[in-house]
Amino acid sequence: MTAETINDMAAHQQADHSRDERPKMSARDVSVFYGDKMAIDNVSIEVGTENVTAFIGPSGCGKSTFLRTLNRMNDTIPSARVEGTIELEGQDIYAPGMDVVQLRARVGMVFQKPNPFPKSIYENVAYGPRIHGLAAGKNELDEIVEGSLRRAGLWEEVKDRLADSGTALSGGQQQRLCIARAIAVDPEVILMDEPASALDPIATAKIEELIHELRGRYAIVIVTHNMQQAARVSQRTAFFHLGHLIEYGDTSQIFTNPRETRTQDYITGRYG
Amino acid sequence: MSSRAQTNWSSEAMQARIRRRYGAERRFKAVGVAAVAISLGFLAFLLGTMLWNGLGGFMETRVKVSIDFPASDLVLDPQSLTGPGAEAALGAADIEGTVAAAAEANYGTGGASLISDASWLRVRDAIAEDPSLLERKSEFHLPASSALDTAAKGEGDPQFERQYSRLQQSGAISRGFNANFLTGSDATDPSAVGIWGAFKGSLLTMIVTLALAFPIGVLSAVYLEEYAPRNRWTEIIEVSINNLAAVPSIIFGLLGLAVFLNFMHLPRSAPLVGGLTLALMTMPVIVIAGRNALKAVPPSVRDGALAVGASPVQVVFHHVLPLALPGILTGTIIGAARALGETAPLLMIGMRAFMASPPSGFTDPATVLPVQIFLWSDEVSRGFVEKTSAAIIVLLVFLLAMNGIAIYLRNKFEQRW
Repeated sequence: MTAETINDMAAHQQADHSRDERPKMSARDVSVFYGDKMAIDNVSIEVGTENVTAFIGPSGCGKSTFLRTLNRMNDTIPSARVEGTIELEGQDIYAPGMDVVQLRARVGMVFQKPNPFPKSIYENVAYGPRIHGLAAGKNELDEIVEGSLRRAGLWEEVKDRLADSGTALSGGQQQRLCIARAIAVDPEVILMDEPASALDPIATAKIEELIHELRGRYAIVIVTHNMQQAARVSQRTAFFHLGHLIEYGDTSQIFTNPRETRTQDYITGRYG
Repeated sequence: MSSRAQTNWSSEAMQARIRRRYGAERRFKAVGVAAVAISLGFLAFLLGTMLWNGLGGFMETRVKVSIDFPASDLVLDPQSLTGPGAEAALGAADIEGTVAAAAEANYGTGGASLISDASWLRVRDAIAEDPSLLERKSEFHLPASSALDTAAKGEGDPQFERQYSRLQQSGAISRGFNANFLTGSDATDPSAVGIWGAFKGSLLTMIVTLALAFPIGVLSAVYLEEYAPRNRWTEIIEVSINNLAAVPSIIFGLLGLAVFLNFMHLPRSAPLVGGLTLALMTMPVIVIAGRNALKAVPPSVRDGALAVGASPVQVVFHHVLPLALPGILTGTIIGAARALGETAPLLMIGMRAFMASPPSGFTDPATVLPVQIFLWSDEVSRGFVEKTSAAIIVLLVFLLAMNGIAIYLRNKFEQRW
């Protein structure tokens, strides 16, 4: 992809975004440690519903680590420690009174490798609403399942085989099933950790299209290795390097006119 | 960098290397096939011997005895057998003596030694069923005494062998299925022994063992694997559990003796105590297998469940445990099979007593199949040889049935991910 096409795309995307609303999530002075090793150093960032935010950077730069602090998935790693504050709608998610289970329902996550439960397609989507009591009865649950699968663009492909195992689907379909599973809980934020890196180009295009459609209703944060993908799907981009947030700004600005030379070097392929 | 000579892939040394590689693979395969063949051979020999020796134990030789009740000394009124006092009336009558006298009358002096000591019980049961038998002369096919039964197989006393051929010529001998072996209990006379008492003892013991060891073992595995922090204490616990699985079983018997009998004063020789002791032995096996099965569940399943807001308990019970269940069941099969075949610890808690009636509950004195086999194999009477083999067949069938159920459950719960 040439610089001009990225330019065009970014300019087009900038036209339809506004950013003076209150941020959905905000992180202030966040540092993450694995034991004594610092993985994230003093990162402050804000993400909103109206934008898709992309985290880019070379391997091992801490972007996935940071993403996982946003719904406290790092809690499952005993040696991980988080400093600073992260707020969801003004509420500190690391405060002692915070219920982690509810937090993860409000901040959903899609992983790099599609990981549907080894249960039926229906069960995969219905599981979240069921444990959180979101549906009053069978009919309502059916509606949630259908609605979520529709929004994930999977309904037409699976509506006749909802009882089949979720693991029998193709990789791209599995990933959309995982997105449907996340949507079904009606979260406020969806975190995506390289959601398309294990998929072929056609499945990737479908996921990207889906991200476009989900924008506005959910705050979406996506970690990606693929800079073209960041340029295509996001309005805001954060560039991480060695645990530092180097630059955070509009995607169009990051890709056309980065303020930092390190960002410039990375997006032009000089390292990474 | 120094330049290397072009590798010659078709040189003589290369060819020799290829030949050596093929040779090594052929030798390895041959050794493997030989190992499997040898173990199959031993297995076939074992099963063949058991079946050859044991199947006879399920059959009995019967001797025809006709009893003329009206002419006999038996004092028993047929009318008294139809009321509530029937049991008492039967018990008071000397049926045993009548049957012995009838045998003597049929076959002369020493006739009573041709039929089994317990054969009068058949006559009693027949009378209880049909009191009108008492009003006429009736014919019974009664189990032969152990001596005659052994003679029928050509291994007995020459005197009984002569008796046997004489009886056979007169048509007084018949053979039939020994139902008593499947429904009776231990006895001093090998022709009267049954396996049901020991079988029921084993069944009750296994119920206690599994009811305790399975839930406690699985929950321990879940706690240690999913919840417990990794520190010195959990490490000590882990090492202890691994060591427990390797402790000789007789030590568990001593433990059971000291704790359950001497300290807690639970009933001696009871399936309850046997089950508790075997549960102690089975638990570490289930914990180890359970932990390995839980470890094998991919972390992505846990992540996926956590990310939709499942609590840790929900993650374990909705997702991880169902996926680990087949592996846990495999461990349980191994542990339970070992417990079922265990003799030594049960000897320590007194389950080796002579039990002439099956246990009626968990606290009744009982014996179990392997102990019964051990006891019978120690008997001097020749008649016990085939009974021992027959008991081994019953034990193996029990074991196969138990494993079959476990494999069925495992396949039922098996899921792919």
